[in-house]
Amino acid sequence: MEYFLQQLINGLTLGAIYGLIAIGYTMVYGIIGMINFAHGDVFMIGAFIAIIAFALVWTTGLASIPLAILLVLVVTMIFTAAYGWAVERIAYRPLRGSFRLAPLISAIGMSIFLQNYVQLLQGARIKPLPPLISGGVILTEGNGFAVQLNYTQMIIIVVTVLLMAAFTLVITRTALGRAQRACEQDRGMAALLGIDVDRTISLTFVMGAALAAVAGLMFALYYGVVDFFIGFLAGLKAFTAAVLGGIGSLPGAMLGGILIGLIEAFWSGYFSVEYKDVAAFSILVLVLIFRPTGLLGRPEVEKV
Amino acid sequence: MALAEPRPPAGMAILPVLRDALAAGFVALALALPMIGFETVDVSGGGLGLETRFGAVAVAVVTVMVGRIALSLIAHGAAVPVLAVSVTVTGFALYRAIGGDTVSGLVGVAAAVLSIRAAIAAWRGLPWPADARLVVPPAVVGLRRALPAAFLALALVFPFLPFVDQRVLDIAILVLTYVMLGWGLNIVVGLAGLLDLGYVAFYAVGAYTFGILADSAGFSFWMALPLGGLLAALFGILLGFPVLRLRGDYLAIVTLGFGEIIRIVLLNWYEVTGGPNGISSIPRPSFFGMPFRASANEGETTFADFFGLEFSPMHRVIFLYFIILAMALVVNAFTRRIRRMPVGRAWEALREDEIACRSLGINPTNTKLSAFAIGAGFAGFAGCFFAARQGFISPESFTFIESAVILAIVVLGGMGSQLGIVLAAIVLIGLPEFLRELNQFRMLAFGAGMVGIMVWRPLGLLAHREPTIRLHPPRGTESRGAEGRGAEGRGAGQ
Repeated sequence: MEYFLQQLINGLTLGAIYGLIAIGYTMVYGIIGMINFAHGDVFMIGAFIAIIAFALVWTTGLASIPLAILLVLVVTMIFTAAYGWAVERIAYRPLRGSFRLAPLISAIGMSIFLQNYVQLLQGARIKPLPPLISGGVILTEGNGFAVQLNYTQMIIIVVTVLLMAAFTLVITRTALGRAQRACEQDRGMAALLGIDVDRTISLTFVMGAALAAVAGLMFALYYGVVDFFIGFLAGLKAFTAAVLGGIGSLPGAMLGGILIGLIEAFWSGYFSVEYKDVAAFSILVLVLIFRPTGLLGRPEVEKV
Repeated sequence: MALAEPRPPAGMAILPVLRDALAAGFVALALALPMIGFETVDVSGGGLGLETRFGAVAVAVVTVMVGRIALSLIAHGAAVPVLAVSVTVTGFALYRAIGGDTVSGLVGVAAAVLSIRAAIAAWRGLPWPADARLVVPPAVVGLRRALPAAFLALALVFPFLPFVDQRVLDIAILVLTYVMLGWGLNIVVGLAGLLDLGYVAFYAVGAYTFGILADSAGFSFWMALPLGGLLAALFGILLGFPVLRLRGDYLAIVTLGFGEIIRIVLLNWYEVTGGPNGISSIPRPSFFGMPFRASANEGETTFADFFGLEFSPMHRVIFLYFIILAMALVVNAFTRRIRRMPVGRAWEALREDEIACRSLGINPTNTKLSAFAIGAGFAGFAGCFFAARQGFISPESFTFIESAVILAIVVLGGMGSQLGIVLAAIVLIGLPEFLRELNQFRMLAFGAGMVGIMVWRPLGLLAHREPTIRLHPPRGTESRGAEGRGAEGRGAGQ
């Protein structure tokens, strides 16, 4: 039971990170119908910017850790958002109206480019982030096994919940969110009604990248190491999460993220660590075969 | 960035151009400051240190701003002066790059791209007569027809050319392996329009089939070759059957996931695959049972003895070269033939419009499945060859990046073009092998190239996506029958 509880906590933490990345996939898919293959690498860039920002904050000698994390969070979100914007502007915008697979191929190219860009600039070796926050709360203890909730895990879950709340407010209550929902339903009609579609799409990428940046920061805090290749697997799993929850659906992305996180944690806890990625991909295949719309997605009607 | 910006009549406003350049420079600063400006370095004691590179940031920002202004100038009709300046800068920067200056090299590449862009604009801006059309002289048309034959002839005599040593021939074998993989993937991506991101998985199936059979049952290359192809095709059917109903981009991700699953299984199933250590000492192919060795075992005749030649290690390399050349040519001939058959036509029709095909009674799942399985089978053959050539296989060789490279070859060559794939394989695989010093920039250029091709020439460098057959052939080609050979001659087929 204690072991189960510990895996549950680990899975939720992991799921929060996947969920934040998955939102970027699902928003972009909802609005322009493409899989932003480079999103995982934007997440990786977010993680790198986060550790660079931490190193900078250290040199200024800031003592308060909560303040440092907040500062790093804001800096990381801003600079990663610039990457999200630039990726869309360079690799996807010129391709609107091109043939169906063109944006996906361009996105794969962008993903390869970003990985090697970071590898060239920052080196191929693993970058460590010394643990900032140590300790945690021991929830229960029994059978010689203590269930621990780290402070890091707490921060990850709390920040994710707060961000999700803020994000839902933006989508449902603001003019930008209304424009995004309008573009999702019918881009041509939205343009006719005076919505700047290009700007809305750009902002969608910016928001997705900012959330991925938060996920990158949390990844760096949680695992303590970052390298240029983390975006590939994390991106693939987050995409699986978006599909599982129903691509295009925002609550679905979060739900899918948490489910994937739990599956991964329990699989590695009870079966085998080596095959945890196989578990995630098998779920993706099974979902696509038996329920292509995902858990919360709307069925897609194909029009001639 | 847009290619077809309307040209204003005369003169240009300076202010908007400068504002545009400033905005671009600002974005470049935001991108460059964290990633280029600071480099994370390990400090003794497990901490994290930073080194600054602000000079490089300044160069990047200035390059972007100047480039942006130059693009505006081109759009306003000043292509020729821009061309002159950018060519000068390219030459100067590349000259400095030879001295080992990386930053100069990158600036040179940027200037080179700009030069190409300006050259195209200048070419278009030449005062062509109003009724000028691009008329290809008959000689050039004839030359283009003869190009595949010329390539084939060159390929046949290549190992015997005077400058070809073992290193060059090894590279040629590598290029041919990728040509074969590209032609195989072309059936899936170029003809049937299915984006397969896990193609390397079938390559791995072929390689491991031979590896495992040779290791445990003592199979030779020629016995394992058909099995490798068949098994890979079987895997293609097993994977394809459930997932081929999916929309294009879902299919891409599922195949990607499948490729990773295969790799992880190969990595962890120690008892059979040897895990990360792989399988070594895989036997080399023999010439009708005659091995390529200096001395024969009991009851054997070596290749050199049989033909009365002096033993040379080159014999085996030349033999491997001809094996892969023959295998690649088989794939090519197969593709050319099957495009004319009902199933090949169904592939192309399905690529263009699935709903129309369905209403015409084509079974999309079976049609796609056949393309998928055939493509997978060819990858399996290539995998067998790879195992035989290397003598050693491990999961390292079958990562996603390998799939991406093969896809890049197909995309760059122009999806559906046979000759384009050969050229793309030479450029993407052959050139970097000769320019080992630039290896660290290879994948960077790879990714940027894929984006650039999609943005500027989405249909590839060489080909136009022409259907093999047309309902109404263009005028002038009817006399050659309804096969639409005219369309093919324009680069759709070889």
